[in-house]
Amino acid sequence: MKSKLNASNAVVAVVCAALVLLPIYSAATGNIFILTLLTRIIIFALAASSLNLIMGYGGMMSFGHAAYLGIGGYAVGILAAEDIGSGFIQWPVALAVSALFALVIGSLSLRTRGVYFIMITLAFAQMAYYVASALSRYGGDDGLTIYKRSTFDGLINLSDRTQFYYLCLGCLFGGIYLIWRIVNSRFGLVVQGVRSNEQRMQAIGFPAYRYRLTCFVIAGTICGLAGALLANNTDFVSPAVMYWTRSGDLMVMVILGGMGSLFGPLIGAIVYLVLEELLSQFTEYWALIMGPLLLLIVLFARGGIMGLLGRVRRG
Amino acid sequence: MFLLIEQLLNGLQFGLLLFLLAAGLTLVFGIMDFVNLAHGSLYMMGAYFAATFVGWTDSFVLGAILALAATLLLGIALEFVALRHLYGRDHLDQVLATFGLILFFNDMVRLIWGPAGLALPLPAWLTTPVQLLPGVYYPAYRLSIIIVALLVAAMLYLVVMRTRIGMLIRAGASNREMIGALGINIKLLFTLVFGLGAALAGLAGLMQAPILTVQIGMGENILILAFVIIVIGGIGSIRGAFLAAIFVGIIDTLGRAFLPDLLRKVLSGAAASTAAPALSSMLIYLLMAIVLVLRPEGLFPATKR
Amino acid sequence: MKTSFWLAGATALALAQPAVAADPIKIGFVSTFSGPTAVIGNDMRNSFELALDHLGRKMDGKPVEVIYEDDQQKPDVGKQKTEKLVQSDKVDFIVGYIWSNVLLASLKTAVDSKTFLISANAGPSQLAGELCSPYVFSTSWQNDQTPQAMGTYMNQKGVKSVFLIGPNYAAGKDMLAGVKSTFKGQVVGEEYTVWPSQLDFSAELSKARNSKAEAIFVFYPGAAGVQFLNQYAQAGIKQQIPLYTAFTIDELSLPLQKENALGVPGAQQWVNDLPNEQNKKFVTDYRKKYANLRPTFYGAQSYDAANLINSAVVAVKGDLTKKDAMKAEMEKVNFKSVRGPYKYGNNHIPIQNFYLQDVVKDGEGQLALKTVATIVENDQDRFHDKCPMK
Repeated sequence: MKSKLNASNAVVAVVCAALVLLPIYSAATGNIFILTLLTRIIIFALAASSLNLIMGYGGMMSFGHAAYLGIGGYAVGILAAEDIGSGFIQWPVALAVSALFALVIGSLSLRTRGVYFIMITLAFAQMAYYVASALSRYGGDDGLTIYKRSTFDGLINLSDRTQFYYLCLGCLFGGIYLIWRIVNSRFGLVVQGVRSNEQRMQAIGFPAYRYRLTCFVIAGTICGLAGALLANNTDFVSPAVMYWTRSGDLMVMVILGGMGSLFGPLIGAIVYLVLEELLSQFTEYWALIMGPLLLLIVLFARGGIMGLLGRVRRG
Repeated sequence: MFLLIEQLLNGLQFGLLLFLLAAGLTLVFGIMDFVNLAHGSLYMMGAYFAATFVGWTDSFVLGAILALAATLLLGIALEFVALRHLYGRDHLDQVLATFGLILFFNDMVRLIWGPAGLALPLPAWLTTPVQLLPGVYYPAYRLSIIIVALLVAAMLYLVVMRTRIGMLIRAGASNREMIGALGINIKLLFTLVFGLGAALAGLAGLMQAPILTVQIGMGENILILAFVIIVIGGIGSIRGAFLAAIFVGIIDTLGRAFLPDLLRKVLSGAAASTAAPALSSMLIYLLMAIVLVLRPEGLFPATKR
Repeated sequence: MKTSFWLAGATALALAQPAVAADPIKIGFVSTFSGPTAVIGNDMRNSFELALDHLGRKMDGKPVEVIYEDDQQKPDVGKQKTEKLVQSDKVDFIVGYIWSNVLLASLKTAVDSKTFLISANAGPSQLAGELCSPYVFSTSWQNDQTPQAMGTYMNQKGVKSVFLIGPNYAAGKDMLAGVKSTFKGQVVGEEYTVWPSQLDFSAELSKARNSKAEAIFVFYPGAAGVQFLNQYAQAGIKQQIPLYTAFTIDELSLPLQKENALGVPGAQQWVNDLPNEQNKKFVTDYRKKYANLRPTFYGAQSYDAANLINSAVVAVKGDLTKKDAMKAEMEKVNFKSVRGPYKYGNNHIPIQNFYLQDVVKDGEGQLALKTVATIVENDQDRFHDKCPMK
């Protein structure tokens, strides 16, 4: 967050201001749906930001990040189904289980590199997907409807659209702030150092594996929070949120927005999901446009949208 | 006992089908270092081409040959227009770009052939079951998949191990810069390998069409399995892909066949019936995770870096 | 550049609610319009459009606006689309829903907003029981009813043992439970497959053959039904063990199943040759409007849904705020259903006849479905006791 005035910073500032002011616009025009849509986008932006922490800064290409969305969501859903409605229990459990899952799969996955890392994270996410499908008590393949959102002793009412929106936005900004602090801390610099040259960092005396694992667990925990939010937003959680295509969606958001850029995932999530919504309203064949668009972005706009904006300033 | 033999054959047939798909993927991945998610789309195109050409020519064999040629050409065209610009890029860029291609191909097919999917009827001589042993019947067509896939595997083995092109392919898989330095026309080699991979994917698509399906998105689920196989086998290794494919096919089929009964011994009937299909699908991923934890570069790593 | 796009997006979304002078009747239609099962969604849309044509595209003199949304056969997407219809488009009715799991995910959104939801296909047991609602009606059936009829038919045929195969989702479990509730013989095996991704049934078929059952019962809607029949025939089991089905053979799958489907019985509450006037008009005009296509039971149920809505709108003279009066009118089934007359139970699920259908070659030499007999009359689902509504 260097306070340089350039195109990308200007865009980020405008987008953030717009997000903060959106409920006012929504109330004024009576357009509730835009609030619902943006709530969803913000939650995915939070998940994508957490993926960006390990992918963009840590060089760990996880293809199983959606697993945490499901784990956070199922923690809320299962507790709600067992009549434990308090968010003070549900949410810490969601975070703890996500962290634990990240710790276990991270400690095994981080032994591999490159494509093998991509595939082993995918394998663990798919296993989580199938475990959720096997939970016949909690809906199995069909998913679990959450009849009551998490309660916080009157502190905040999640069923109120505006309050819930600001809660999600707060979580997003909090998450991005946390990531910014991590990236610029000594710990974050080591992790980034490991990405570019593991042997050297190891030689200097940093236990690279432990640093990477810690980073992996932090990202998983943040994404677990996004999962808890998502479950409350949709009043529903199903194994589908963990399917590999959803992990792919998260990756696309990160790359589209700009990997290793703090606000890139937010921009990527907005563009990807709004584009999908708009194109699907105009034509049933929206993928016919979206597909080549992705190809063109990769071919001609490396560094995603944020990279493109950076270039605007220079050129 | 007969049931076990029959299920082993089912597993072998499924595994060999997966091998056809995985072979092309592992070649492209191993030699060009290119992650091609659109491989599943080529598999789909193979099936659509076959259904169309068989309809035109009224001959299964002729239609299949035409479809193979068409997929080969499509693969080469795809490589020429888009994918060759992605070599040397980050794996993630490749994933994103080819993910875009999947979206494109799916809607393209919907536009041309409609959403309903097609049927690929078999010639009469392939529709009846064959008696292998007294009391053991097996569908003739599934048997023909086994035979064709084994022939292809043998042919691939000969090409890769015994010819000059094969030597270059092997050299490319273990050291990419090397063959470039040798003054080989590397662009042409890459195009050829990609075309071969596309044709193999198309073959897998058209072979499975009469028993499974010709429909949009048919490539996506099976593509992930193919990736699992090449990772278990070791990227770039045909031999690894072959063994891993058979392994995965048999584990998947046996899991589906016998896991429900095993589970019923521990869980209540209803819970076991629901949990079994999910848990048996999980076995393959469990296998991959175990292999990677023990051998982080797969069973038969082709690349020595 | 990015900003302008985003603002354009926001405005476009805001403008998505058109301001029409003469308040139209707004209907949201959620079904599957992409992927391999899009053919079902298309048939439902075709039939719904035909019903609107027959109504002069007006209900009680007001124009009708239908917004079609694609659920991609995914519960989470269906839920999202339902939210959009309720919150953004502010529709008066929501119709559609092929899949039980999609309906179950979307139900809460519709019921909480007190928007009338007409299920034109999905009928999970929860909908008939504990989750029944004054705002929810069905123009189809409860999942168990059709396989129950099939179980009864197998009893009539004197079948002693059966092997059951179905997909592992809400409807699949309901279907197999339905057969088991009426079938008096022995169930020698029960297999569930991964839905919708598993298309190879070789392992299940091998087990079925090995079980030496007298019959196999399956439930595979859409494309999966085509693969199942293919593999069943190729494995040579067709000559050994007869097959009984529910929702596996219909006018959409038949052109792909071809001879494999000949002689395989199914049960249904509607068959295209039912001899009532409304049905003749529906089938004839459908085939006239959509060349080379034949309507399916999915379409018939959607056609009925449009007429059910029309009856409610007419009864309150277009004043859609009178929800109680509309509910009371719909409970009367005051329209001519293409399946013939039916009644509603306390849970808003039809009490209706189920027919035996068979695949035969029709007068034009094409394969067609034909009504053979009535299996049960005025059948009510077995969950209506669990519904708190009286």
